[in-house]
Amino acid sequence: MSNSKLPEVFEKREQEITDQWVEQQQATGRKLTAAEREEANRQSREFIRSLKGALRKNSGGGISGPEWAGVRDFLVDLSSRRAKDGYSPRETASFVFSLKQPLFSALRTELGADSKVLADETWQATLLVDELGLLTTEAFQKTREEVILRQQKELLELSTPVVRLWENILALPLIGTLDSARTQVVMQNLLEAIVQTRSDYAIIDITGVPVVDTLVAQHLLKTVAAARLMGADCLISGIRPQIAQTIIHLGVDLSEVTTKATLADAFDVALRRSGHKVVRQDAAPSGAAAR
Amino acid sequence: MERIPILKMGEFLLVTIQVDMHDRLALTLQDDLTGQIVKHRAHGVLIDISALEIVDSFIGRMLASIASMAHLLDAETVVVGMQPAVAITLVELGLPMRGIRTALDVEKGMTALRTAILEGQDGDSSSIR
Repeated sequence: MSNSKLPEVFEKREQEITDQWVEQQQATGRKLTAAEREEANRQSREFIRSLKGALRKNSGGGISGPEWAGVRDFLVDLSSRRAKDGYSPRETASFVFSLKQPLFSALRTELGADSKVLADETWQATLLVDELGLLTTEAFQKTREEVILRQQKELLELSTPVVRLWENILALPLIGTLDSARTQVVMQNLLEAIVQTRSDYAIIDITGVPVVDTLVAQHLLKTVAAARLMGADCLISGIRPQIAQTIIHLGVDLSEVTTKATLADAFDVALRRSGHKVVRQDAAPSGAAAR
Repeated sequence: MERIPILKMGEFLLVTIQVDMHDRLALTLQDDLTGQIVKHRAHGVLIDISALEIVDSFIGRMLASIASMAHLLDAETVVVGMQPAVAITLVELGLPMRGIRTALDVEKGMTALRTAILEGQDGDSSSIR
């Protein structure tokens, strides 16, 4: 690309290319608000400016060379910002790809006389724009993946709350599929909460767990055993009929653990074992029950 | 030589492990404790491991065997204050220590010991665990 006419043409027709490009983007993209259009306009001009600088210094090593650092940074920044703002991949990629038409038409106007040179230059320009487009898409994808990873982590923290039901009684309502990583977090959270609140009873409620396989059952048993080692009694509640069937078919032995069908039953057991009693107030008139 | 102190509290013995256990220390403790149980005719042993941050399979097994030995000498054992990390390690090592009584802290351990001893006295002939 060292003897390319591209930088020359670009320099000469910069204004024209920019104007056409901005126009193109606005025609093909979705309906933009005035502020968004202003922003896109500003970004386009900035990009053209850094692209021009890179083209002028270009040594022919493709866009991975140091002179393209500015352009690369700009594109990565732009697409990651767009990924966060909820642009679609198509919208983000077309920012670069829509540059093709104005660029080609500028080349044609300048070099139209010599068809061989024109074809060569067009090919070079295509390569360049494609590279830039790929870079944009890659950055977009990467940002989206980062967002997903962060959300997974947040979900992990959010989805394992330890609830204090009563003095000395904790509940751990599990929601969603249990895998090894999550179970580890669940186990640690529960055990730490047991130490903090000095609770004697912990109820693990699995109403919200869609599937129980051998691995999940084993994790549950481990949690129960660990809690027992620390001196707390662990109950499992919220076992749905299908889950009960699966557990037996799998041959998992839960006979050492107290299991109850509902959280209410488990809570009742925990209250009774800790010496509490729930009675309806005698004085209350019909229906108005109080603890 | 380093030794773990064994305190006598009424009919109970209180062992507080404050240092990292190594194998020799564990064996010495086993010796001392069985000796003390017989000497004081203790009916309960309370082992506080709240300061213990690292356990291996040997220490885990030693705790279990201390409990069995104490049971032979007619004393109940309660292990109290196990750290969450230690509990997880023991479970992962496959040492759930089924025969041992556990409690969250010394206070609850004392209560557990008293109930255990009462239960043992009530049904002396039938309470073979």
